[in-house]
Parts: sequence; structure tokens; C-alpha cells
Amino acid sequence: MNKYFYKGTNRIIVLIILLFMFCNLKAQTDMDAIMMNKNQFCNGPMYNHASWDNYWEGKLKRDNQNLGTVTTQSIMYNVNYGITGKLNIMANAPYVWIKASAGTLHESRGVQDISVFVKWKPVTWVKGKNKIAVFLIGGISTPLTNYQIDYLPLTIGLGSTNLISRAMVDFRHNRFTVTASAAYILRSNVKIDRSAYFDTELHLTNEVKMPDAAQYQLRTGYRGKYLLAEALLTNWTTLGGFDITRNNSPLPSNRMNLTTVGTALKYTIKQFPHLSILGGANYAITGRNVGQATAFNAGLFYAFYFKSNTVKNFKN
Amino acid sequence: MRAIHLFSAVLISIGIISCSKEIVGRTDNTPALAPVNIDLNAGIWKTILLKRPDTFAVNSPAPVGSPAYIAEINEIKGLQQNISSQQKTNIQYWSAGSVLRWNEIMRELVAKYNLPPYQNDDGTYPFPSAANPFAYPQFPFSNPPYAARAYAYISAAQYDALVATWYYKKMYNRPAPYSVDSTLKILVPKTSLPSYPSEDAVVAGVTAEMMKLLFPTEIAFIQQKLEEEEKYRILSGANVRSDITAGEALGRQVASVFVARARADHAGAAIGTPQVWSNFVSTTSARGEVPWISLEEPKRPPMLPLFGNVLPFLFDSSTIAALRPGPPPSTSSDDFHKENEATYAQIKNPTRDQNRIVQYWADGIGTYTPPGHWNAIAAEDFIKQNYSEVRWARNMALLNMSLMDAGIVCWNTKYYYFNPRPTQMISQIKTLTGIPNFPSYISGHSTFSESAATILSHIIPARTAAYEAMSHEAALSRFISGIHTKLDCDKGLEVGKNVGNYAVQRALIDGAE
Repeated sequence: MNKYFYKGTNRIIVLIILLFMFCNLKAQTDMDAIMMNKNQFCNGPMYNHASWDNYWEGKLKRDNQNLGTVTTQSIMYNVNYGITGKLNIMANAPYVWIKASAGTLHESRGVQDISVFVKWKPVTWVKGKNKIAVFLIGGISTPLTNYQIDYLPLTIGLGSTNLISRAMVDFRHNRFTVTASAAYILRSNVKIDRSAYFDTELHLTNEVKMPDAAQYQLRTGYRGKYLLAEALLTNWTTLGGFDITRNNSPLPSNRMNLTTVGTALKYTIKQFPHLSILGGANYAITGRNVGQATAFNAGLFYAFYFKSNTVKNFKN
Repeated sequence: MRAIHLFSAVLISIGIISCSKEIVGRTDNTPALAPVNIDLNAGIWKTILLKRPDTFAVNSPAPVGSPAYIAEINEIKGLQQNISSQQKTNIQYWSAGSVLRWNEIMRELVAKYNLPPYQNDDGTYPFPSAANPFAYPQFPFSNPPYAARAYAYISAAQYDALVATWYYKKMYNRPAPYSVDSTLKILVPKTSLPSYPSEDAVVAGVTAEMMKLLFPTEIAFIQQKLEEEEKYRILSGANVRSDITAGEALGRQVASVFVARARADHAGAAIGTPQVWSNFVSTTSARGEVPWISLEEPKRPPMLPLFGNVLPFLFDSSTIAALRPGPPPSTSSDDFHKENEATYAQIKNPTRDQNRIVQYWADGIGTYTPPGHWNAIAAEDFIKQNYSEVRWARNMALLNMSLMDAGIVCWNTKYYYFNPRPTQMISQIKTLTGIPNFPSYISGHSTFSESAATILSHIIPARTAAYEAMSHEAALSRFISGIHTKLDCDKGLEVGKNVGNYAVQRALIDGAE
């Protein structure tokens, strides 16, 4: 290796940095109050790890020595683009693998669902140091592969195509924020590999009626220039469905409810603000027909501008 | 502006997806049964347990012109004044066929009760008790052998009861109400079959009586179904009340013969005792073979280990041992090791289609079991054949006696050799569906399936290739799921074929062909 090589490499890196304009990096998911600036593009991977020993069979909490610890891991690729500062579009898709530590059941793995969201911030009120913004988020998620869905709890997904409509209000006082949102998830029916199944009655079809669901989230914390730290309270409620009967296997149409507490952290590197590091954790405090999972995640976001546009100020 | 467009797009998609989520079962809209042949002479078909078709007397009905009969016609007219939408739904449901609908109800109950009991705190397991059926675990645990036997008893009893019914129908030759009074509305297809006693009431009565034994916690549910069906027959103008009363009574009487047999067929002792369970281990070890062990935690006692001693329908008990195949290779042999290695190779990188086949045929806990799956296959084909009720019952009885006897020989073989599962021999074998809690050799799915395919191919020869393909796929599903060796499945198919042939032999001489 000679010094010219290093020189050249450094130049390329500098060029890349110049091309990818300075940008404001915040979590940018469908559930937070962060918007990307116009023409700003952000992308990166996120790793998620969730595991549980106990689950709720209906409302009854139990363990299962024939499953041991069930661990789901995924790597999700996210993209996010600012059409305008008030209208963002984002998408993600994970590769998921899941296994049980005990018993004899085979693991599952594969590419799961793609999700696409449009996030709109139509209204913002500012008064002094207080700011209130309203968001509307619409999205769709659908399986990217024909993965097996009737193999709970070791399936990688539930297989339905979902339409998600979310309303969100964000209040901010200086760096302190409170964000509340509610979503309605319209879920399509799913087709399983069996030609009949029993939920509360026998169905002579492979089609399973999926109840819709609602999701609520309250998040609060600090939203600084480089650091974002929030506490989360999240609830998923299935609007219908039925309970797993004693010692039975689950079905995708079970009444799956889950309330978790957690935290979301994000740090944008001061010296290299294209790059953000994300991390978070969640713990299930109550549920129904789901595992009591402890989850954590970690990810990277890299941001740049598609078009060479005005350099935005680093503002929140 | 762009935002508004995007949001309208989302709203429109919501409209599309939310149109209708109601699901329709394959037999929900089955048209009313209109048999191509009423089988008027079925009263002489060979019965299974009844000595004679008139073992139970049915009194001669009131003449059609009598005041009693006219009162019954007036009852129909009164009911027909106001037919509710619920009643119309009932007519639509039940007119598809009594044997069909009761078969579906039975499959539903099997699926509902096919749940292995949860363990006690000390790691032992409770067992359902027929004497105390509502206590956890509820009685029964309708696992595959239990289910096979339940389907067989109910189908066989329905068949005998309907042969008796046809005997009296021809003898008394009472015309249907709508033939007597042309002002009645007719809400079912017309038939020239005499109406006394009502075949629907017979099937309802015999089934309800059998269910007291087989599903004692569902008596109230069954009674409600029976009343629905009987009401539909009167409301639709198909039967007068005395057809119903006589039919239900006859059905219940015929059931008593089958209940008496069931109480003495050794199924009650099939669960075994701790002594019986440990004897399997010691006798297998004494032969120098590795004995089967439960792969569940905590270790669960083997499923119905003495089911292989249950009294078969199609042959006598001494034939069971003759139908049992020779032993699998010794657990210490290279051949046995190779069989298990071949199973291991299957599950290393399962394809999506492999999983589809496995799940399609898995019929594990919470399902109507492999025998129930073959009932579903048969029923959906029988619908297209437009059989009379008595022929429906005859074909279902042949199918289910075949499945039960296949279960008996299979279970007998499983516990005779007490052969370990592939996963017991190679612990890295993870299975694509749950491993059943009983020995490996021979495959139950394969035995059940080929016994069913054999008799169904005799009943509907045009479907032979399809039945054989299904049976072989069912067998394959157990190999590619890591549950069985290929040998387990091949031997199961062989035994199933031999058992199925007994049903074929009976079909050839029962007078229905």
C-alpha cells in the first residue's frame, strides 16, 4: 500500500460526506413525532431480539417445558424519505428467525412483511416555548413471502395484510416532550395450510377470519439536539378473536393483547451527524395469548440528501 | 395537496380490504339432498350389530285420513304461517343431509376435545374421567384412537338404525305430508320415499344417544341440535310429528345395542396403568432393544397403550396379530440408524412446500384427527354423489369401521415393538409439527390414510388415483416432518391397505351394491 492510496481513500470519504448533506436524524418511525426534512433520505438496519419463557394462555400465565425459551430475532432494513418537511414516507422489511430452546419443534426463518407508511404533519401550534403538533399516519403492511403462519408460536409472522391508520399528538416544552397516539389496524383474513380448523367452532375452510386491532402509545422524554431519550407505554389490543384453550396450540386469530413498557434511545454522532445510533428495550407487563417478551433493539441510521438542496439547520 | 391524495389512497384501500371478512365453509351452502336413488329396498341390507332390521318394533302409524293425522298436518300449516329467517337458515343447513351434518358435528366435538391434559404440579398427568366428565381434564381426550372409535360407533349405529328405518318405511309406506295435502308448502326436495319413520329423527336419535357415552359434557348441545333438526323436518313439510317421534325412539333403541358393545370392547381399559407402562419398557429392554420414551416434558405416559386390544368391527380379535407387520430393524442395527439418518436429512432445510404438506396432514392437537380428516374428504365427495341417507350412512360406516380397525392394528403394532421415534435416536431431529406421544413403528397417519383410501376407492372408483395420492402424501408428510422413518410410513400404508380390504369385502356382500 502506498500513501497515494490512503490519500485517495480519504478524498473519497470526504466526497461522500459532502454529497450526503448534513441532516437531522431522529428516530423516524410511524409511531414517533419526528419528521425528516425535505429531500432528506435516511436508511439503515435495525436488530431486534425478543425472548420469553412465560406466555398467557388466554389470561392464564404459564410456562411450557416443551418450548423452554422462545427467542425471536430479526434484522430490519428501514428507509425514510422527506417528500416535504411535513410529509414523509417510510418503509421497512425484516428478516426474522425464531426458535425454542426446549422441546422438539423446528425453528422458522424468513423474510417477513414489508411496511410502508405515509406520515403527515398537517397542524402545528406554537406558543412561546410550547409547541403542539398533530400527525396523521397511514400505512400498509403485507407479507413479502408466502411464509408459514399456522405454526404458532414459532411462526415469523401472522400473514395478514394490514392497513394502519394512526392519529398522533405531540406536545413539546423546550426539550421535554409527550406524544400520544392511537391506531386502528384493519387486518385481512389469512389462509393457512390446513383445510379445516377449530377456534370456537369447526371451520371447513383454510381461511381464517382475522380480527382487527388497535394500538395505543404514550411516550415522553427528552428530545435534544443529539440525544433523544424516551419512555414508552404501548398497548396492542385485538378487537375480537378468541382465547387459547387449556394446553392447546395458538391460532393466528387469537385475541392477542399486549402492554409493554420500554425505552427508546437515539444518539446522533456530533462529529458525524449523518450517523445515528439507536437502541431500545421493551418489557411486557400484561398480555393475553402472547408471550411475555423482553425485547431489545439496536440500529444505525445513515442520512443524506437525494438532491443537493439547501442545507437545513439542525433544528427540532 | 400531495398529502391529501396519499390519504385518499389509503382511505380507498381501507374500503377495499374491509368489504367482507365473513368466511364460508366448503359445505355451508350445500344444496338440499335430492338422492338419485332412494334405495327403497335398503331394509334388507346387512346390518352390523342388529340381528334383524325389526329387532326393535315400530308401531304402525295412524292412517293418513285419521283425525290424528289431520291434526299433525294442521300443526305443519300452523308452523308455516310465520317462518323466521333463523328457521330458514336451519332448513338450509339441515336439508343438506342428516348423516352429513351429524358427521360434521361429531368432527367439531373431536376437535374441541382433542387436547392433551396439562400436567400436575408433581410432574404426573391427570386423566379424563368418564365418571366425572366436567372436571379438568374434561372427558374425553379425543385423540386419534378415541376419535376413530367414536366415528366408527356413531357411523355404524346410524347405518343399522337407517336399515331398520328403511325396513319400516317400505313396510308401512306412509306418504310424505305434501303428497297427502297439496296445500302444504314444500321447503325440501320432493321424494317418493315413505316418510314413516323419519330418517332424520332416527339419525338424530341414534346419534344423541351415542353421544351420551362418547361426549357426555355435550349432551345439552346435542339435544339442541336434535330439536333443531326435528323442527326443520316438520316445518318444511317433510314429516309429520308422528314420523319424528317414531324415528327418534327407534334411533335411541338401536343406539342401546352399540352402547352395550362399546362398554365391553376394552376401550375403557386402553389407558393402561403405571405397571402396564413400565412393562413395555422392561420387555423391550429384555429383547435387547431401545424402548420408546416420551419426548414431552414432563414425560407423559404413552397414549392409549392398550387400544390395540379393542374389539374390531371388521374382523375378530385374533386377526389383529395376523395383520401386525414384522419387526422394524433392531435399534442397534446399521439399517435402523440409516432410517433415522434419512429422516434427519429431511428436516435440515425444509422447503415451503414441505411445510405445507406437513401442516395440511398434521391433524394434531385441537383438530378432528387424521380419521376426521378422511371423514371430511369422504363427506365432500359423497355430497356430489347425491346418496340416499341410508347409503350415506353405509358408506360412512364402512369408512369409519376401516379407520377404527386400522387404528387398532396400528396401536397394537406400536406397543408390540415399542420402537423409539427418530428424535429419540438422533436428538438433533427437530420436527415440523408436534411429535405424538406414542411409539414410532408403524405410522398412524399412514395406516389410517391407506385404510380410508382403500375403502373410498371401492366406493367411488373414479377417485381411486386421487385417494391413493392423498394417502401417500399423508404418509410422506410424516417422514418429511421428522416424525417418522420412511419404513414406519411404508409399513403403515401396507397395514392400512390390508385393513381397508376387510371393509371392501364387507361392502361386496352387504346388499347395497
